[in-house]
Amino acid sequence: MNSRRRAIVLAAGLVLLAAVPPVAALANQPFYLDLVRRVMIFAIAALSLNLILGYGGMISFGHAAYLGVGAYAVGVLAHYGINNGYLQWALAIGASALVALAIGAVSIRTSGVYFIMITLAFTQMLYYLGISIEEYGGDDGMRLQVKSQFPGLIDLNDANSFYYLVLAILVLALFLGQRLVDSRFGMVIRAAKSNEVRTRSIGFSPYPYRLAAFVIAGAVCGLAGALLVNHTAYLTPEFMNWTRSGELMFMVILGGMASIAGPVLGAFALLLVEDALSGWTQHWQLILGPLLVLSVLFLRRGLAGLLFGKNE
Amino acid sequence: MNFVLVLEQTLNGLQLGVMLFLMAAGLTLVFGIMNLVNLAHGSLYMVGAYLATYFYQATGSYPLGVLLGLAGTLVVGIAVEVLALRTLYEREHLDQVLATFGLILFFNELMAILWGRAAIYTTLPDYLSGHVELFAGLRYPLYRLVIIAVGLAVAGLLWFVVARTRLGMLIRAGASNRAMVAALGVNVRLLYTLVFGFGAALAGLAGLMSGPIHVVQPGMGELILIEVFVVIVIGGIGSIRGALAGALIVGMADTLGRAFVRPMLATVLSTTAADTAGPALSSMLIYLLMAIVLALKPQGLFPARS
Amino acid sequence: MNRTLLEVRGLRKSFGALLASDDVDLEILEGETHAIIGPNGAGKTTLISQLAGNLLPDRGRVRFAGEDITALSAPARARRGFARSFQITSIYPDFTALENVMLAVQAHAGSSFRFWRPAREEASLRSPASAILEEVGLSGRGDVLAANLAHGEQRALEIATALATRPRLLLLDEPVAGMGVEETQRMIALLSSLKGGKTLILVEHDMDAVFSLADRISVLVYGRIIATGRPEEIRANSEVRRAYLGEEVAA
Repeated sequence: MNSRRRAIVLAAGLVLLAAVPPVAALANQPFYLDLVRRVMIFAIAALSLNLILGYGGMISFGHAAYLGVGAYAVGVLAHYGINNGYLQWALAIGASALVALAIGAVSIRTSGVYFIMITLAFTQMLYYLGISIEEYGGDDGMRLQVKSQFPGLIDLNDANSFYYLVLAILVLALFLGQRLVDSRFGMVIRAAKSNEVRTRSIGFSPYPYRLAAFVIAGAVCGLAGALLVNHTAYLTPEFMNWTRSGELMFMVILGGMASIAGPVLGAFALLLVEDALSGWTQHWQLILGPLLVLSVLFLRRGLAGLLFGKNE
Repeated sequence: MNFVLVLEQTLNGLQLGVMLFLMAAGLTLVFGIMNLVNLAHGSLYMVGAYLATYFYQATGSYPLGVLLGLAGTLVVGIAVEVLALRTLYEREHLDQVLATFGLILFFNELMAILWGRAAIYTTLPDYLSGHVELFAGLRYPLYRLVIIAVGLAVAGLLWFVVARTRLGMLIRAGASNRAMVAALGVNVRLLYTLVFGFGAALAGLAGLMSGPIHVVQPGMGELILIEVFVVIVIGGIGSIRGALAGALIVGMADTLGRAFVRPMLATVLSTTAADTAGPALSSMLIYLLMAIVLALKPQGLFPARS
Repeated sequence: MNRTLLEVRGLRKSFGALLASDDVDLEILEGETHAIIGPNGAGKTTLISQLAGNLLPDRGRVRFAGEDITALSAPARARRGFARSFQITSIYPDFTALENVMLAVQAHAGSSFRFWRPAREEASLRSPASAILEEVGLSGRGDVLAANLAHGEQRALEIATALATRPRLLLLDEPVAGMGVEETQRMIALLSSLKGGKTLILVEHDMDAVFSLADRISVLVYGRIIATGRPEEIRANSEVRRAYLGEEVAA
């Protein structure tokens, strides 16, 4: 029953997302294409965070770091005239995986509040690093003159093509994510979250599994960063601002941690509410803040819980 | 890099250190006793800075501004505790982080509405501005010396309260065994509110003292908050002693790093290379320090007894 | 039957002023069921935690099958054939009963760095797990969330999890704690079906369980082993009667 309901919701969501470009074109509102594309990019980032946060129980308050590393990988290569997209995106994924490996190797030795503070602090370090490098624009950032080039495959300057590419990557990430959490590996990271002592007692050292999950999440988020910098055509350390990490966490929690698709819902909910509020008043954060507090206090199982029913 | 410059920067480091300590002490107390991760601690720092600036301008009296600023932050802190945070003590850290993140957005925007988004520069009364000649060749700003003195005095007072008074005894007992303290008939709720208000006032004190040195603007609290996290991670969560040690280490490392990493690099690298790598490295210094401490002592330098 | 499987020498552990393990010497023979009894606060759980590797001793050595394992972590010991049940039931409440056991099978069935195939579809995990569930009397309960099992069933599930790692040595910390009479009987029956095939260390308060299961008994008082012997020897030991049974009567 539940899995059927879930499949229906997912399929409906997919159809809706696929329909956005023609509908936006008909309504002559290209703004919505832009908005939904941005939301989907953040959904990919939130989904990657959910692998470690929702399934692995690792409360990373620094996930925006990989968004930034991915974006800088693309932007810096472009800065030196290398516009080959395969190269740029491979570097985005590889570099964020490496950074995640370094940060994870230190942070995963700790747990609880230490882990929260440390992941936040390391991301702040990268943020300051971005600010201090004048060559890449310092705190002003720099324009991405040319979008990533995929000759013969896709032209990112075409808004619709770029939109469908992001959608395809999102769907792929959902699919691969589901395979991952159901696999042997996924069972171990979920087990380590559920009961660490038991997990150690049956013979698993959680550390390498957690670290691997942390690296995978970083790499996927790095890809989201590569998408984001192409989306905004602008590179700035603000991608790594700590509030960005907080927003990603909120997407995960709002959507619901225990399902792969939850963060996608959360990304839509948060960013659309932000968009609506900011269109209404410049002081939208005054309303969003308490809204978020209330959602933590009262919306315990997330939106996915409401949509997909129990046990999700 | 002469002796006077080193001494001056060391004093600056000490000044930043005591500031970080005022923040870290409240945060670590609240965590140690109520098991609450409070991101909005930085907001209280900001509130203190704004209120003191406002009251100073409104009354024309600096001491009155400071006093009202402190009292105001205390009231705001208690209100936040009673209205929002009290329900979070029993929740997971994740919930606490998210809810207090929401509070930050609220407070930053509230300050922007009340006093605008632009940075406010506050002035000092004449008797606090100017320099003191510590010895030949070193004239040091009087106000920074005052901050150091106040910070050290508060550290001493805090030690006295926690180690020697009945309230301190309750605080220490409450941290190790909440149920027991409650069973002894202590009003734990009131105790928590008091501790939180106390921590808020310390943050407010740090904020209002920082006003004339840095600028007062929305979001000022979060920049220092993350440094305070580094302090606490290095010192050990829940330990006042650790907070003091961590604050001094981070204050010194950050200040001396910013002052001397670039010239030191310039002696081994080319000037342009040093100009690029210097700021990058010095801005990363305290975080790298944190990583090293964690690699050696995952529980920090002074782990609190569980 | 008389080869030493686990050898403990001079084990010492203190928490502040409290000496929880005071120069403990212990020899567990291959295939025996060895009960460790003692009054509350004698340091039984501390001892078993040091044996399982959840707690490191301050001093002393532990050898397992001839190998010095004193410094090994719990997972490393588990991979060498240790399995443990906890005094307070330790299972995965949000996994089904079958998944609980499958995970333990998985821990000893090749690499878990496999990212593609759903673990629940692996017959090589599923069928041994089902068999073990049946062995402990939980057949038909495999799809129930562990959190929704009855207390006795959860205890049985924990034993199943331990068995699924195909251990050489089972450390059981009060397996019948908190159970009703009927559940206790069922657990004792389950444990006696394991006797002989596996080496068991049993920490238990329930004297019926101890005397009906144990081949040998060690008595722990204030962190010290004051006697080791066959059940009838322990029953007759005057020091044990004074230190242990005396306290039972007084309580």
